[in-house]
Amino acid sequence: MAQPARTSIKRSIGTILYRDFAKNKLIYLMALPVMAYYIIFHYGPMYGLVIAFKYFAPAKGILGSPWAGVYWFREFFNSYFIERLIKNTLLINVLNLLFSFPAPIILALLLNELRSERYKRSVQTITYLPHFISLVVICGMIHDFTSRDGIINDLVVFFGGERSTMLLNPGLFRPIYIVSEIWQGVGWGSIIYLAALSSIDPELYQAAVIDGANRWKKIWHITLPGIMPTIVILLILRVGSMMSIGHEKIILLYNASIYDTADVISSFVYRKGLLESNYSYSTAVGLFNSAINFMLVILANWLSRRATDHSLW
Amino acid sequence: MQIKRSLGEFLFDHANVLFLLGLMLVTLYPLVHVLFASVSAPSRLISHQGLLLLPLGFELGSYGLVFKNPMIVRGYLNTMIIVLAGTTTNLVMTSLGAYVLSRRDVLWKKLMMMVIVFTMFFSGGIIPTYLLVRNLEMTNTLYALFIPTAISTYNLIIMRTAFMGVPYSLEESARIDGAKDFTILFRIMIPLSLPVIAVMVLFYGVGHWNSWFSAMIYLRKRELYPLQLILREILISSDTTQMMTDVGGMDKEPVGQTVKYATIIVATLPVLSIYPFLQKYFVKGIMIGALKG
Repeated sequence: MAQPARTSIKRSIGTILYRDFAKNKLIYLMALPVMAYYIIFHYGPMYGLVIAFKYFAPAKGILGSPWAGVYWFREFFNSYFIERLIKNTLLINVLNLLFSFPAPIILALLLNELRSERYKRSVQTITYLPHFISLVVICGMIHDFTSRDGIINDLVVFFGGERSTMLLNPGLFRPIYIVSEIWQGVGWGSIIYLAALSSIDPELYQAAVIDGANRWKKIWHITLPGIMPTIVILLILRVGSMMSIGHEKIILLYNASIYDTADVISSFVYRKGLLESNYSYSTAVGLFNSAINFMLVILANWLSRRATDHSLW
Repeated sequence: MQIKRSLGEFLFDHANVLFLLGLMLVTLYPLVHVLFASVSAPSRLISHQGLLLLPLGFELGSYGLVFKNPMIVRGYLNTMIIVLAGTTTNLVMTSLGAYVLSRRDVLWKKLMMMVIVFTMFFSGGIIPTYLLVRNLEMTNTLYALFIPTAISTYNLIIMRTAFMGVPYSLEESARIDGAKDFTILFRIMIPLSLPVIAVMVLFYGVGHWNSWFSAMIYLRKRELYPLQLILREILISSDTTQMMTDVGGMDKEPVGQTVKYATIIVATLPVLSIYPFLQKYFVKGIMIGALKG
């Protein structure tokens, strides 16, 4: 520090880089495998997206395959499936947003109103449970319960209905999907809101009581505003992933006779790409999907920053 | 201070308790149904209709068939290997990354952070990833199941937040004593962030235990199949024939049913019996992730 000012001004970029490296070389050594992982397994596939613009043949490699321009995109936009795929993807997501997004918020509010701490903890432990059951088992149970002689059909018959294999009925796919989604996720989803609830200053409630507020008023004027930032952030994330419904659950549940309501973009990409080895086409469809997603995240974030002051960045 | 409840509040409190009781029942019933069905007598189960409030008889024969199935035993073993190797890889890589990103005055940190966070919003998608893994000749090896997913960026950020919460004075005094970065990471950061590490073990471990999709696309050799992929054959494709070569023709269908249920129990019980003990940790972990993420 006692050095004359002249030298510190003259420090070149090279010196800065060198000093930083000399001081932090162990840090950079640690960063090496991590950055290598991200470059190879995240940016590698991003480079692989090039095949969406090529006639990719595995034997020729990415560089050796001839260019196709936007051929595959045009193919997709003109295909018979595009309308159905976009409709299904959006519809399942919108329904999911409508029903399974508010469910954990409501559960958290109800749990918060319980007077017995022990009862609250039991409800929590039990509702977290389905989160830990694997998707394969959940879907296996759905297959079994909705089958012709499954338990749900027993109940349908009891109330005077007819037996049917429910997963063969296109009209029932979305309800089955959404209900099972809520069943599995409501408890787990409520954790984050309970965390937000616990950070609300108790003095606010005391002040409200002194001002004569009843319980509804406390919920409306203190609790809800208190968890609003959390709700907004999670909503942005949800809207941002509007077009990216996971393919895993769809693949485990659907079959050719309900593609009309069940086939979504990601399951289509999986079928075209991995089952039919139509790599360039499916990559183009996948890229179209991720591009829309990316724009949705940015849009949702921008909207929320303007409307509520809460945003991801 | 004792506040009198109005009639409305009184009714609300009771309705709330009842509603949540109903929710617990609805959550538990499907599992209880599976459990009861798995120990029921196959012939009675097949003619039974409606809710199962008690097991129909008590037989463990279906569990015998499950444990005698070489594919299930093999799948269990493979899953154990994947969970162990995968979670270890995840933890090492995630803590290295979290340590780097939690440092002050590292010149390239901002750039590294941007490179990493960008992958949360944009990815190459499954086809390019699949082709990459194939080009690296990782298909048909268990590496394909945990190397491409070595770090979850979301978990990395949770762990970084935890490391940033460790008091700087501890690190400083260790440095004066001559400790280098590796010592600081393994002797200070990790031991002081144990609750978060526990959450990571749970998240990553359960993730590996439940994963099936990458195994389905990367593995052709059946002897490498993890448990979930075997389960998929049994539960989704309803293929229980292999397990019942020594069950007589007439009994195949009823026994097939109970075997399915027993398989679900065998595959689900290990995870379900550990999570309640880790509950207070994962709640904390999610809070850290939520507040700072």
